Amino acid sequence: MSFFDDKKIIIIGDRDGIPAPAIEECLKDTSADIVFSSTECFV
Amino acid sequence: MFPVIKGAAYILAHTPDMVLHNGTTQTTERTVNPDSDYLKQVPKNLRSLEQFVSYPPNQTYIGNLSPDELAEIEMPWYDKSVEGGAAIGEMGEIFAQDEFIGWIKISDVFDLVLLEKDFTDSIRAKIEGRTGLADNFRTALSEGVSAERIEKEIADKGAEALIHDGQTVGCVKRAHDIDANLNAHVIFENLVSKASAAMALVTLIERWDIDPESIDYVIECSEEACGDMNQRGGGNFAKSIAEMAGLIHATGSDTRSFCAAPTHALINAAALAQSGIHKNVIILAGGSTAKLGMNGKDHLKKGLPILEDAVGGFAALISENDGVHPVLRTDLVGKHMVGTGSSPQAVISSLITAPLDRGDLKITDIDKYSVEMQNPDVTKPAGAGDVPMANYKMIAALGVMRKEMERGDIPGFASKHGMVGWAPTQGHIPSGVPYLGFATKDIMAGKIHRAMIVGKGSLFLGRLTNQFDGVSIVIETNPGEVEADTGVSKEEVRQMVAEAMRSFAASLTE
Repeated sequence: MSFFDDKKIIIIGDRDGIPAPAIEECLKDTSADIVFSSTECFV
Repeated sequence: MFPVIKGAAYILAHTPDMVLHNGTTQTTERTVNPDSDYLKQVPKNLRSLEQFVSYPPNQTYIGNLSPDELAEIEMPWYDKSVEGGAAIGEMGEIFAQDEFIGWIKISDVFDLVLLEKDFTDSIRAKIEGRTGLADNFRTALSEGVSAERIEKEIADKGAEALIHDGQTVGCVKRAHDIDANLNAHVIFENLVSKASAAMALVTLIERWDIDPESIDYVIECSEEACGDMNQRGGGNFAKSIAEMAGLIHATGSDTRSFCAAPTHALINAAALAQSGIHKNVIILAGGSTAKLGMNGKDHLKKGLPILEDAVGGFAALISENDGVHPVLRTDLVGKHMVGTGSSPQAVISSLITAPLDRGDLKITDIDKYSVEMQNPDVTKPAGAGDVPMANYKMIAALGVMRKEMERGDIPGFASKHGMVGWAPTQGHIPSGVPYLGFATKDIMAGKIHRAMIVGKGSLFLGRLTNQFDGVSIVIETNPGEVEADTGVSKEEVRQMVAEAMRSFAASLTE
């Protein structure tokens, strides 16, 4: 059982860090429900 | 023959009043919370022109202080000043806000900008003294109008005010009664971009003594869109800017890819010059007032002044090989492809190691990487971290994975192969290109041999794709021999020998 299983997840990725699609990829093996996912540019 | 980079120029327009009146952080605040304490605090926390000029990163941007010298100054920098820092730099210039407003006026050829008469007279000598401007633009300030006329345009016709020292000194009128793409705000933002790009172009021409008639093509690479309701991004800022400097033999076009656009423009310019289609190509971009004070709330919270108080611009000249200036290695170009994916490892591989592999180079064979050169003095207090440092750490980590470096070399990689950031957070302006001027100078002086320019763009901000973008290109010492078209350059011979040795080695292991 992962920490993320059955949780609703909001992902905010960073253009110069870890982008949102890469974080989504890491959650694929869990039963987390990704309700929002977006990469942002902070500069 | 590889094309060369001949020089670059950089400009900053100090725009304190525009922070409050045109920066989207502040204009949004005015809409949602008009009585906010933040809006009251902004005018009290703006820097004077003197403070702005002597600010160490700004002195680096215009070439008076090298990136190495900037790195020696202990951070934070906002409370430091460069002794004797001047507005005129080795590679650029800092413009005061009143003069910038004058450039906005002369950038307008549709009589949309009105300036007050006395204000016009106060800036006339500065504008008319620019030898790099075409005569018809240099003398385009006109007589000016009355303050009453300006107030009437703002109150009755939705004109956007031009404010200097807290006083309305002019306005930008709408260009159409209904068309949202030609309203006063859009026209203002497009004229800001055009004017600041023209300032960079004129500075380039004056600083490097370029014959305007020798320029064949201009690529503009900002993040603005010009057009009307039937062709919203119709474009060609490039030609409108070329006209201002009298580049009578040039045409041009615009390239867009958010912050990655300047490096795309550099590669496109290199291709045009190498193919012989155009001998001399200028890439350029102006800046944006929307981004002014973008992180202002965080800066004030931490007791800093508003540090995003300038519009930036740059211009660079790419030409056919002259046997002297640094070459743009068009065979060593990196690109983030649609199929690359978004993991940091995939991104860095596509931009950094893919081109290096093509040239049989190691990560450590690049003397300096110019990545997103955002000034950390601005980004760190706002929680966005040190952007160049984050990029250097990823490049170094990839170097370790490829066994080209030891893990223990990672901390020193940033200072040896990277630089501290010095560019204003003006989107495309800090992206790769701030180092073009220093790279040209340092390679010519033999201080470094090879640099890589890397541009990254946040395409997802346009809400058309989740794709990210990025391109890169290597610049290096010119081998100094200009061969005839049918000949083979020293560099090509070196590559052929390397390829032959690689296939020989491969045959031994089979």
